[in-house]
This record gives sequence, structure tokens and C-alpha cells, in this order.
Amino acid sequence: MLFSANSASLRQKTMQLHNLTIREASEMLATKKISSVELTQATLQRAHEIDPKIKSYVTITDDVALEQAKQADERIAKGENVTPLTGIPFAAKDCISTRNIRTTCSSKILEEYVPQYNATVINKLADAGAVLMGKNNMDEFGMGSSCENSAFFNTHNPWDLERVPGGSSGGSAAAISASLCSFSLGEDTGGSVRMPAGFCNVTGIKPTYGRVSRYGLISLVSSFDCIGPMTRDVYDCATVLETIAGHDERDSTTFNSPVPQYDQNLNKSVKGMTIGIPKEYFVSGMEAGVESSIQEAIRTYEKLGMKIQEVSLPNTQYALPVYYLLLFAEASSNLARFDGTRFGLSVSENAKDVIDIYLQTRHEGFGDEVKRRIMLGAYALSAGYYDAYYLKAQKVRTLLRRDFETALASCDILLAPTCPTTAFKLGEKTNDPLEMYLSDIYVVATNPAGVPALALPCGFSNNMPVGMQLIGKHLDEQTLFRVGHAYQQVTDWHKQSPNL
Amino acid sequence: MTQTIDTNTVKHVAHLVRLGISEEEAQKFSGQFSSIIDYFNMLNEVDTENVPPASDITNNTNVLREDVAKPSMSREEFLNNAPQSERGYVKVPTVLGEE
Repeated sequence: MLFSANSASLRQKTMQLHNLTIREASEMLATKKISSVELTQATLQRAHEIDPKIKSYVTITDDVALEQAKQADERIAKGENVTPLTGIPFAAKDCISTRNIRTTCSSKILEEYVPQYNATVINKLADAGAVLMGKNNMDEFGMGSSCENSAFFNTHNPWDLERVPGGSSGGSAAAISASLCSFSLGEDTGGSVRMPAGFCNVTGIKPTYGRVSRYGLISLVSSFDCIGPMTRDVYDCATVLETIAGHDERDSTTFNSPVPQYDQNLNKSVKGMTIGIPKEYFVSGMEAGVESSIQEAIRTYEKLGMKIQEVSLPNTQYALPVYYLLLFAEASSNLARFDGTRFGLSVSENAKDVIDIYLQTRHEGFGDEVKRRIMLGAYALSAGYYDAYYLKAQKVRTLLRRDFETALASCDILLAPTCPTTAFKLGEKTNDPLEMYLSDIYVVATNPAGVPALALPCGFSNNMPVGMQLIGKHLDEQTLFRVGHAYQQVTDWHKQSPNL
Repeated sequence: MTQTIDTNTVKHVAHLVRLGISEEEAQKFSGQFSSIIDYFNMLNEVDTENVPPASDITNNTNVLREDVAKPSMSREEFLNNAPQSERGYVKVPTVLGEE
């Protein structure tokens, strides 16, 4: 009798472990109610059970995870260097380099690539005692909005397996949403954390450009790329960002200013603060259920005593062409390193000179979207077109940045949807690249401007999650977390999880 | 400034980025490129007179550090990922061809 009661409670405990927030798990670890090995085993077991239908992982690292979990338990037992992330299992988007663990960017050209070094964020998480349990699927090199450009397989939205999880950090979003890790690291070049966060009902932040080191991140657009945490709630997101943010001598674009304690002001009232609503973001084409969820979120903030004010970002309609032009140009140069001679795939059959290796390797190794983008980048940078495309886009980028500065001068944060629709069906947009680009319309402008933005769940439309984003001033992640946390204290959208 | 991007142009840019390309691919990309580039032309509407191009968004300039040698990845470890190597070097076929 006693035995069966114990095993039932153990089973119940194990079944709930994967759903814990970082804060809850961390408390249970600290009070020795669970061990990191138990938590990690339960999460790995769930990943092996559930992920075959979601396909959020490219690689699951059981051995590494269990070894790190054991070390975390030793740290906790000794009470040495215990952080809020000690013993917590996480996954990383597969463009973040992990020493001795395959890092593919979901591309054939890196299918067998095993980095000899860790990205700075991976080192920081290892120092904090977090447990790496795998690498997440993505659009190849981050080029896409649905994860369908992965060279390996599609990732499925945990809320409806026939729909996409969004992209390009679709695997990282789906893994959190399906409770296949306690947090994940995504990467946001033009919405790649926020858009899938919205599609999968998770919380995620694109930090200020330069807040988190890009060392070891396989570059897509060096002047836009931002690594950002994806989590179950704002509190967890603040915890992870605080751990991974900061200056890095290996990335000269990182800020030297100290990283604030993001949880310090989390519980402060938001009464009297001002939210700006960019009028250009509320135009035709938005799904009715998305618009009503956003309006409801605005009313919630009104009830919390915030002032609501309409603002204008007059160059919004040009954000998408600016973003894509600059992306094509920078990507075409960044991806020149994949040449089949130093690492990665190498196709050298009958190659008469080194150029043949380049041509063959890149032809076989890159998918269509990557090919399209690097060719268009070379076109936009080529003689005769440089001024009309690249230089023009850099000038309009200045205007986009000024738009945010002006709008944020009169309010504390901006509020907008993350996508005009909820998750679309697999295959729905794969034949029309331009149509796919348009799904990024609300998330791209922040990256050329460099400002931070926090995505969080705010409702459902036709049973699919709706996301909103809060956009803040340079380096003011603290306000985003405070305002996001206030919302999650009075709503429970972020606590909803899919039936799997 | 609307321009069609014909298959010859596609093949030309493919060669610029050292990308092998088949005739069918060149044809497929040609149609897609024209509509994407056409979309970009909307930027012509924007008045950018006296607007400087954005070059850096962090306002960091000239980040310097002491030039001190530190241990880095060993040559052997680096070459683990190279498809072909010989005597401590990455090996490739002829670089200076007859072209």
C-alpha cells in the first residue's frame, strides 16, 4: 500500500517535471525535492517520446546532458556556485556553436560539422551549471519564417501538427511549447525569436543589438543577429538573459555597460507608464482574432493603470525591403566562408581547380532559399546597383532607427502584434518566397534599428496562439520585462500548453 | 527602374558567389528574382536626401585591446575539420589555373 502510494507520487512528480518553469525547478533543486539528474532524465525521456512527432531537435545529447546534470547535482550538494540555472536542462538553436557537438545550421553544408569551440553563450550557461540537452532545428542558416527551409525535416507546431512553428527559431520555440526542455536559446535576425514564440505560445526576447555576445554564433547578418532566450514566462526570460548578456572581448560589438539585475524591478507597478501603439501596425490584412487579442491586451494594460497613446512609425512599410536587402547583402558575404576547403561539406570529384570545389560544394550544400539570397545579395552589391539598393537601404535604415527614437521619446514602450496571422499550414507559402517574407512584416523593423523587443502570448484565434511584442529603448530590457511580467500576473495565456 | 533579371544575369551572379547552377535553376530563379527586386524598388519612393547611411548601431568606435599573444586553437585541432590537409596545411587543388 505504502509502496504503491510512493510510486504513484513519484510518477506524478516525474510527469510534472517537464512542465516546470525555471524558477519552480530551481526551487525544487535547491530544496532537494528533485535532483538535476531526475529533471534531466524526465525531460530527455519526454523528448524521446514526443519529439518524433514535433521534430524540434536535430540532435539530442543524452550523454552530455546526464554528465552535466550529475555535475550540477554535486554543485548543489556542496552549495558551491549555485545559480538559478544550475541543473536546468536547455536546448540551443543549431546555429550556436557547441564544442564536440554537431552544429549544422540545418544545412547539408554543415551536416557533419563538429565545432572545436563553444559560443560564448554556451560557455556562460555551462559556467552557470545549466544542462545542454540538444540542438534545435531551424530554417537553413536562419533563412525562413516557418522552419520549412531546414535541409533535414520540417518541425511541427505542437498546437496543430499540420501547421508550421514559425521561423527561423522554430525548433527552439516548439521544444519549449511541447515541454521538451526548460528553456531554449533562439537567435533573432529579423523576428526569428519573436515570430515563432507567437506561433507556439512561448515567451522570447530579442535583446538590444550588442547586449549578448555573437562569438560562436554562425553569422547570418552580422549587424542584425541577436541571440535571445525562449522560455515559459517573462521571469524565466529575465533570468536567462541576465546569465548570457554582457561584454565579450571576442565580440567587439558587445556593450561594455554592466548587465542590470533584470528581476529587481520586475514586481514594480506599471501604473502611470505609457504604452505607444504604432498606428502603421494596425492596417488591413490582420487576422480578426489576432487584432481582437491585441486590443484585449491593450485593455488589460489600461486596467493596470497604463496610459495608451497612439504613435507613428512613418517608415514602417519600408522596413521589409530594407531588412531583406541588407540581409541578402550581408549574408552573401558571410556565407562565402562555406567553400569546402577548411570545414564542412566538400565536393571535389574531378575538380580541376579550387574554383570547382567552391562551385560544386555550394551547389550541393546550399538549399534554394540560401542560393536565392546570396545571389540577390551579390546582385544588390554589384557595380551599377550598389547605390540604388545597398546604399539606399542603409539610408532608409537610418530613418527606421529615427522612427523608433521619436516614438519612444514620448512613451515607455511600444506594443504590436508579432505576426498578422496565427501559424499557417505546412506547405502553404513554400512556393512563393515573397509571400513568405511578408509574414515577417511586424518583426523586422527592430533589427535594423537595434532596439530590444519581448514577445509574449496574448490569446488564441481559431485555437492557435497569438503573440504580441513589447518594443523598448536601447538597452532598456528591464522595462520590457517589468511590463511583460505585469501582464503575466493578471493573465494565464502563457500557462496554456498543447495536448500532446 | 523595373528590370527583368534574365537567366544570363542569374548565371553571372551565381558565378560571382561561386555557386554552381543548372539551366533549370537559372530559369526558376530568374522569374523569382524579378518579382523580389521589383518589390525592393519601392524604396525609391523614400526621400533620403541628406540622410546618412547607417553604418553602426551601437555607437562603438575603434574598440581596442592590448596586442598580447594568448593560447589559441592548436593547428592540429583546427585541421580536424579540414577535408584535406598535408604537413600542417589545408590542402586544395590548383589555385592559380590557366584561366
